[in-house]
Amino acid sequence: MSLLPEEELLKRQRERARLMAWLLGAFVILLFLITVAKIGLHK
Amino acid sequence: MAPSIAQTPPPADWRDLVALTKPRVMSLVVFTGLCGLLAAPVTLPPVLGFTAILCIALGAGAAGALNQWYEADLDAKMRRTANRPLPARRMDRQTALHFGVGLSAFSVILMDLATNHLAALLLAVSILFYVLVYTVWLKRRTAQNIVIGGAAGAFPPLIGWVAATGSIQMLPVLLFAIIFLWTPPHFWALSLFVRSDYAAAKVPMLPVVAGIENTRLQIFLYSLALAASAVLPYALSLTGYLYGFSAAVLSAIFVGLAGMVFANRADQPSEMGPEKRLFGFSILYLFALFAVLVVDRWIAA
Repeated sequence: MSLLPEEELLKRQRERARLMAWLLGAFVILLFLITVAKIGLHK
Repeated sequence: MAPSIAQTPPPADWRDLVALTKPRVMSLVVFTGLCGLLAAPVTLPPVLGFTAILCIALGAGAAGALNQWYEADLDAKMRRTANRPLPARRMDRQTALHFGVGLSAFSVILMDLATNHLAALLLAVSILFYVLVYTVWLKRRTAQNIVIGGAAGAFPPLIGWVAATGSIQMLPVLLFAIIFLWTPPHFWALSLFVRSDYAAAKVPMLPVVAGIENTRLQIFLYSLALAASAVLPYALSLTGYLYGFSAAVLSAIFVGLAGMVFANRADQPSEMGPEKRLFGFSILYLFALFAVLVVDRWIAA
């Protein structure tokens, strides 16, 4: 595996961290909507 | 002492993590899963339907990642796959393994939360079937790898239907059978014109093991079985005229193209026009057949 310059490594880590934050946020919203929909189904 | 940043493996680029999930294969999986969901007689709230399809996509992506983790050595030997993240050494294998296992568990748990236990169980079985039965067990051992392994790709419409209804009925089983019988002629047509790749990687695909002529015969026979299974939903009164007519026309074209493959005597990839045409049409065939099925069911409803 090729060695990458430190700047490139940090850029990748930042990109992944930002993406992970977006995905976690979307997951929380999705879980909320699933809960609302399931409650609606069982009413 | 904490390792310095230069000593730790470089973090994988997120685009390579996406590439691990085989996005092009996923499009067909998502489409057939969506059609299974939409053809079902029960309508899910949109957010639950979306989550079910998301889980099918993530499950397929996870299976693709685990497949690439296990087959990194094979992929390195084939032109078609040599630039994937693992053979191209843009990612370490452990990252791919963790990503695949984590995504598998996530997709199954989320499916269970959003829909029902049976859909989650089927999703888990389809992932395990693709990884353990196809990738680990069959692919390097038998020329029937595609035939039996094709079942893994046939699960999505069944899972989509079960996510909506909570039960297995005749129509989704027939949809499973259609994809199961579609897979061998689709992949064998491809394997005929990339035969040297499979031979170099020592993968026992049918053209490598049984020869080109025998593969062409098998493609033709499977296309007949596919055509029969495609019109069966209409014959059993599970669909209307629109599906029955479309399935008959599309299947007749499929069998016609398979017949041209059977009649072809060329053994050089550059002269394998009929094989390339059948491969291209087979993708259109599946998309069109499932799209018409959904329209037909909506009209009937």
